[in-house]
Amino acid sequence: MAIIDDLGQTLEKMPGGSVILTSFDALLDWSRGHSLWSQPMGTACCAMELIASSFSKFDLDRHGTFPRADPRSVDVMVVAGTISRKMAPAVLRVWEQMAEPRWCIAMGNCTVSGGIFHYDTYAVMPGVDSFLPVDVYIAGCPPRPEALQDAILQLRDKIRNESVAGGRTYEHKLLLPTSSPRVAIEDRGESA
Amino acid sequence: MKAEDLSERLLKEFPDLASSFSIDKGEAVVTVSSDVVHDTIERLKGFGFNQFEMVTAVDRGENLEVVYILHSLGMKVVIWVRTFVPRDAAWVASMVDLYTAADWLEREVYDLFGIEFRGHPDLRRIMMPFDFEGSPLRKDYVDENIIPRPDYI
Repeated sequence: MAIIDDLGQTLEKMPGGSVILTSFDALLDWSRGHSLWSQPMGTACCAMELIASSFSKFDLDRHGTFPRADPRSVDVMVVAGTISRKMAPAVLRVWEQMAEPRWCIAMGNCTVSGGIFHYDTYAVMPGVDSFLPVDVYIAGCPPRPEALQDAILQLRDKIRNESVAGGRTYEHKLLLPTSSPRVAIEDRGESA
Repeated sequence: MKAEDLSERLLKEFPDLASSFSIDKGEAVVTVSSDVVHDTIERLKGFGFNQFEMVTAVDRGENLEVVYILHSLGMKVVIWVRTFVPRDAAWVASMVDLYTAADWLEREVYDLFGIEFRGHPDLRRIMMPFDFEGSPLRKDYVDENIIPRPDYI
């Protein structure tokens, strides 16, 4: 991605270049965010939900996300499951084989913080973020496939704010509401 | 076969095991010293215990207890063999020459409890990384990576 990085810095210095840069960013972020191929790093029971997400009932492919077994051709690594101390170097090695830009989704309590293995263990890492940069965290033991879909959409919103020029971010209006719309609850006056 | 029937047949065959034989919660248990455990298991194998179900260890403070579970597919009965080894010089004879199934099981006990199985053909760690130090399932194991559980209660 060195050429694109140089292009972004060059465009930012050019007079009128930022118009081209923002259009270029919009195109690039749109294409990146809508074809997030995933590396299924499933190490434990969360991988069952990860597998179920790709199948026809939930169908992550309609969001442009489908699993590839090759780390060199993927954009996002979904770490699903307990990461033991022996497994952590292997996860890091797969992560280093992925081409930039790359993102990481921590799926499940064990991956977020160690989960039930957080305390009193000699063998489990306290969260995958102790050795990897994590973009989106999903809580749950295990999370539903809908939660993984929500994480993909949140990651897409995050990618929309990125720029090829370093240090530049955008503040887009979110495509989707981050929480369910609030419903006004009428005061029935029973407690009063 | 019940453990009572087993004790009748086993002690008829090996009267010298009578002092070490007991029935604990419906299971036949033989408690022997660590220098004759290989000999005992060899005799039990000849008696008909043809499946090596598992070997594990228990930290009993000064001693480590090594537990073998043997299964007889013909008699449909299980027998436990217990032995105690001192904590500082923890070693027993390997059972790989009797049962091939003992290979990885003994490596696991060696990995987690630090008990040496003399005569094992390939005694190295199996679960923890090869450069790991210490025996994590011993009660006195300390590790700076362990996050102690806060006392909520």
